[in-house]
Amino acid sequence: MRAMTWPQRIMWLVIIAAVLVWSLFPVFSIAMTSFKTQAGLFSGTLLPEEWTWENYATILAPGGSAQDLFLPALRNSIGISLIATFIAVVLATLCAYAIARLDFPGKRIILTTALAVSVFPIVSIVTPLFNLWRVVGLYDTWLGLIIPYLSLTLPISIWTLAAFFRQIPWELEQAAQVDGATPFEAFRKTVVPLAAPGVFTTAIIAFFIAWNDFVYGISLTSTDAARPVPAALSFFTGASQFEAPTGAISAAAIVVTIPIVIVVVIFQRRIVSGLTQGAVKG
Amino acid sequence: MASITLNKIVKTYDDGFTAVKGVDLDIADGEFVILVGPSGCGKSTLLRMIVGLEDISDGELRIDDEVVNDKAPKDRNLAMVFQNYALYPHLTVYENIAFPMRLKSSDLSDEEIDTRVRRASKLLELDEHLERKPANLSGGQRQRVAMGRAIVRNASAFLFDEPLSNLDAKLRGQMRTEIARLQRSLGITTVYVTHDQTEAMTLGDRVAVLRRGELQQVASPRGLYDQPVNLFVAGFIGSPPMNFLSGTVVRGADGDVLRLPIADVPLDDRLRAAVEGRDLVIVGVRPDAFEDADATERDLTGGVTTELDIEMTEWLGEVLYAYVPYETDATVKEKLSELDRDLDGESLRTELVVALDAMSTVRAGDAARLWFSPDALHLFDPETGVNLTRDEAKAEKLEEDARAARKRALERAKERAAREGQRA
Repeated sequence: MRAMTWPQRIMWLVIIAAVLVWSLFPVFSIAMTSFKTQAGLFSGTLLPEEWTWENYATILAPGGSAQDLFLPALRNSIGISLIATFIAVVLATLCAYAIARLDFPGKRIILTTALAVSVFPIVSIVTPLFNLWRVVGLYDTWLGLIIPYLSLTLPISIWTLAAFFRQIPWELEQAAQVDGATPFEAFRKTVVPLAAPGVFTTAIIAFFIAWNDFVYGISLTSTDAARPVPAALSFFTGASQFEAPTGAISAAAIVVTIPIVIVVVIFQRRIVSGLTQGAVKG
Repeated sequence: MASITLNKIVKTYDDGFTAVKGVDLDIADGEFVILVGPSGCGKSTLLRMIVGLEDISDGELRIDDEVVNDKAPKDRNLAMVFQNYALYPHLTVYENIAFPMRLKSSDLSDEEIDTRVRRASKLLELDEHLERKPANLSGGQRQRVAMGRAIVRNASAFLFDEPLSNLDAKLRGQMRTEIARLQRSLGITTVYVTHDQTEAMTLGDRVAVLRRGELQQVASPRGLYDQPVNLFVAGFIGSPPMNFLSGTVVRGADGDVLRLPIADVPLDDRLRAAVEGRDLVIVGVRPDAFEDADATERDLTGGVTTELDIEMTEWLGEVLYAYVPYETDATVKEKLSELDRDLDGESLRTELVVALDAMSTVRAGDAARLWFSPDALHLFDPETGVNLTRDEAKAEKLEEDARAARKRALERAKERAAREGQRA
């Protein structure tokens, strides 16, 4: 590639800067809000006139007024989202492998159903589910949220993983079988290493979907036993009836974003494509 | 080391299509058998049934007298080289070759694995590539890694599925010799699938020609060339392919004559017996059966000399191809056009291809005097395509000679291996 000339370089820098500002400005704004004092919230400037950690103390430090609301919610969110992601990815891997490799009656029905489920509006299910959970005893429990979260994460996981598996040539497993591997051994030793990028991508997507859910979180929980963060944020109260807890909510939003950023940074390195080039000629 | 026997093997797919229609084949221990045929003839399907990646719809497959129809691929102890190599991209060359030995089913120590891998890599000249990944190798190197993975297993037989079709022409020639040498030195039963008849002729002890799922003929390369059993085999084997002309029997006062577009051939006993009362036959004559009558030292009396117009010549250094246009009979044309689909459009040309000595003075646009012997003619029935002039005795003799030659070659290879083993 020819080295870029200076005018081109400057143009690229300008474009990149514009895109960054456009994407990250809201996040930056919330971050700045979280550092503002209660009074400073109405100052009308972007940067806080007075920097303070009191919002973070409110939600995190023991004794903070919102701390007993926020920390349990954080724990719930992380736990529930991770478990739901794990189950979804395992199930989706098995399902997607079958869909990509085999031809069986009902294959298209499964895919269409998955698509239909993901398109269906959650709000219409929530009320009957609320009643059902209360009867069954799953109301306000982790399991009571994990199961609905599976309905959110499985369809997209199946579709994504099926696409990945289709890209892996079948000859690799066949060669492994001819070499003496049982079908499962062939799968484990040849397909799994190659599917790892796909699995991690799917895990990230599933985690996001589970993490960001609000409707299930607010309808199927009543105490901090199972309430996830997006729902808990709506329960924040300000110092008085007239004070909106904007600062605390902003701080909570920033704190909640951090795990997501960490997850993406860790897994992004695993998403290396081009791993299968060279296995099959042509 | 094993013999493979196929007994009336049939493969029918779920949609009713029968890809393989009752194939019988006996592959002896240590033999190199080639399955050849045009695309869609079922040769790859047959190979995959042997290795176990396709189910056998009907018939019996025996490896060393044991029926293996229902055995999983891993239990058949066969090694296969795929058309697109199927190398594991996440493993180095060393690990790729060691892969079969690292599976649960094999319990070799690490030193033993190392010895075997290094022995294979030495044989295939892969020593300097052992730590690289397949993505960084050239086509020929990848092919050798695939072969290395096959030979470390001490399998009963090797199966090759068009391994050279992805290589360029020069590399193909080199790898062909390497494969032949490898098979000779290891002496392992090999089944090789290809659509290239050059590979079939040069590599195989015996060649099985398939067409649309049916076995046409199994014979040594020479046997297929000299005594083809039908029109398809005759047209498939040989490059440039056999010329097909219409032959009308004309009964005259001086004796019967077979009228070809290019000459009249007097019917001798052999031809008369073959014609057997028919009026029209398809006559096949190979390009190398012709000679330049003006340039040859041969005695011309035993054959037919005819003067023909040469439309075009191709001089290739060691041979001169001359193209002679002619008119063909309508019924024969129809029969040949059906054949044409299987032979990639070679048989419809109404030009005779003649292979002459490179020193010949025949030039395009001139008339030339060409000679050929009636013994070189093959007569085929226009309806069934059967070779009417096939000599069973000669065919059998050719097979015997081929078997003897193979035995000698194997013995020589064993002696050489023993000598080198002693020297090392």
